[in-house]
Amino acid sequence: MNPLLRAETISYAYTPGEPVLHDVSLAVPPRSTVYLLGHNGCGKTTLLEILSGVRPPGGGTVAINGVDISRFPANKRAQRLGLVPQIHTPVFAYTVREVVLMGRTPHLRFLGTPGRRDYEIVDAAIEQVGLAALRDRSYTELSGGERQLTLIARGLAQQTDVLLLDEPTAHLDPANQHHVLETVCALAEQNVAFVISSHNPNSALLYASQVVVMKAGRIVADGPPEHVLTEPVLSAAYEMPIDVIYAGRTARAILPRRTNGNGHQAEPLDPFGPPEAALTSERERRAAS
Amino acid sequence: MIRTLNRRLPGIWATAERRQSALFWLILLLPVPLAIYTIGLGRYAIPTEDVVRALVDYATVGENTGTQPDLAYNIVTRIRLPRIVAAMLIGANLAVTGTAFQGIFRNPLVDSNILGVTSGAGFGAALALLLLRSSFEVQMLAFVFGLVAVMLSYFTSRLYHTAPLLVLTLVGILVGSFFASLTSLLKYVADPLDTLPAITYWLMGGLTDVTRGDIPMLAAISFGGMIFLWGVRWRLNVLSMGDNEALALGLNPTRLKLMIIVCSTLMTAMAVSVGGVIGWVGLVIPHAARTLVGPDHQRLVPSTMALGAVFLLLIDTMSRTLLPAEVPLGVFTGVVGVPLLLVILRVNKTGWR
Repeated sequence: MNPLLRAETISYAYTPGEPVLHDVSLAVPPRSTVYLLGHNGCGKTTLLEILSGVRPPGGGTVAINGVDISRFPANKRAQRLGLVPQIHTPVFAYTVREVVLMGRTPHLRFLGTPGRRDYEIVDAAIEQVGLAALRDRSYTELSGGERQLTLIARGLAQQTDVLLLDEPTAHLDPANQHHVLETVCALAEQNVAFVISSHNPNSALLYASQVVVMKAGRIVADGPPEHVLTEPVLSAAYEMPIDVIYAGRTARAILPRRTNGNGHQAEPLDPFGPPEAALTSERERRAAS
Repeated sequence: MIRTLNRRLPGIWATAERRQSALFWLILLLPVPLAIYTIGLGRYAIPTEDVVRALVDYATVGENTGTQPDLAYNIVTRIRLPRIVAAMLIGANLAVTGTAFQGIFRNPLVDSNILGVTSGAGFGAALALLLLRSSFEVQMLAFVFGLVAVMLSYFTSRLYHTAPLLVLTLVGILVGSFFASLTSLLKYVADPLDTLPAITYWLMGGLTDVTRGDIPMLAAISFGGMIFLWGVRWRLNVLSMGDNEALALGLNPTRLKLMIIVCSTLMTAMAVSVGGVIGWVGLVIPHAARTLVGPDHQRLVPSTMALGAVFLLLIDTMSRTLLPAEVPLGVFTGVVGVPLLLVILRVNKTGWR
């Protein structure tokens, strides 16, 4: 399948001589959810900003549908690529609808304001993420999950081919994380590709169609989750021992391995045996005893 | 009170959105009738119908057609009309530039003086009063030094590479203080019997000396600027979310903000050079408007223009009618504006976080 978004040999340095990205290449196919994992400061956010066109790369190119994005004027680029920032509190208390309406900006003429058609698109986007009941509420009164969905709705109203999400679940409880990411996966089915930076490999396990692991500005693994989310890859990327716990042949959880002060592995907490046993269901355990 | 109104006016008052929409149109309708009414007020009171007749004559024929006393016609057209037009233009000017600056600086505590334009203009006026003394030169130097102060702030801040918005705010405050100190120096060396009072009165602001000749330039810059800021009203929403989001939404925030700063600075420098230092309008009115019509700049920009015009019109009318001697305008805006802002901050629930 032809990639929708392709980055070739991207490099970037904030201060000359100290590059934070080295020759990063990446392809995002249509209808995919690509997870970007890596330790703090490995260059995930910088890469997202470069992919979105907000930050011009130091070297290399980003192309969407085969066209270099640096050749687009800003508004044409923003019609194809959307960046959904981490949730934040804006200074002014705009309503949900006003925030989502900002997604229509790249489609407006110079000095133009949104018209009836823009409002229809915005209301449809709000409907899609399930926030219709909160449409006229102030964005600052919403919970973290609702704010994240509002920003995703803004990305949808932007009607781009690709949406780049910067840590969309960083401040959310598990139920809200699930709701946001299920929404993302459902939208990916409807032909929007997502690139998601995350500190949570477990959600990559559940929701990713492709996982990219970065370390110190380089891509160290790229592929389907079952190939990438393995103990050697993750342990090397995060520079610590990491367990991948399987139920049958499917990986179900990724956990750091706890070590005590001397560096030895701690005793398993589960009295029934090694960590694998803990995942067998309650019913099987009762049958065995 | 709002709850009672909600019950009484179920139709247009039912939701926040409808209420804000109704208030928006109400605010836009305020300035003109209020201006016509206040022209009649003053030591020589003129009935409103004579005011209307005089204005119609002035607009159509250009001279009194005899439907009202000559004295009334002359007071309306020569003395009060220029002053009231100036008050409204300056009020609208200061209020809308305050709104624009709060939006692009993403800070509800700044007004258009944050880059030092008023302090620079004050210095220019003081310099002219000390050395040159003609009122044209006072206006000219006030305008020029207002621009100089902002250019100094803007270009100095570009020398630093970190957190541009914060540095610009900080440098603006520093440049403002610098010019305020220079003004103090001029006051210190000024003749205490003659020049010093002139400088002091100018710095307190006032429209006593406004003549018909001041209006064309003021009107041209004010209307030009207001049309531009009205044109970017949607973009102010996006800019208030921060540079990265504006970029991601396809705007060029650096260029757009520079255009808004240039436009607002011209407007403020013009307003200050005609009316002197008139504080608080640029801070109080945006907040008042946000409480009434919500934070969306599509409504906020036009309603701050109207409310700013109304506010300064009322303040100026009070300053020329309440007491036997005129109270300086800059004093009155503070005396009225500060309690007003305190009340607004008490009731404000939706304007800003």
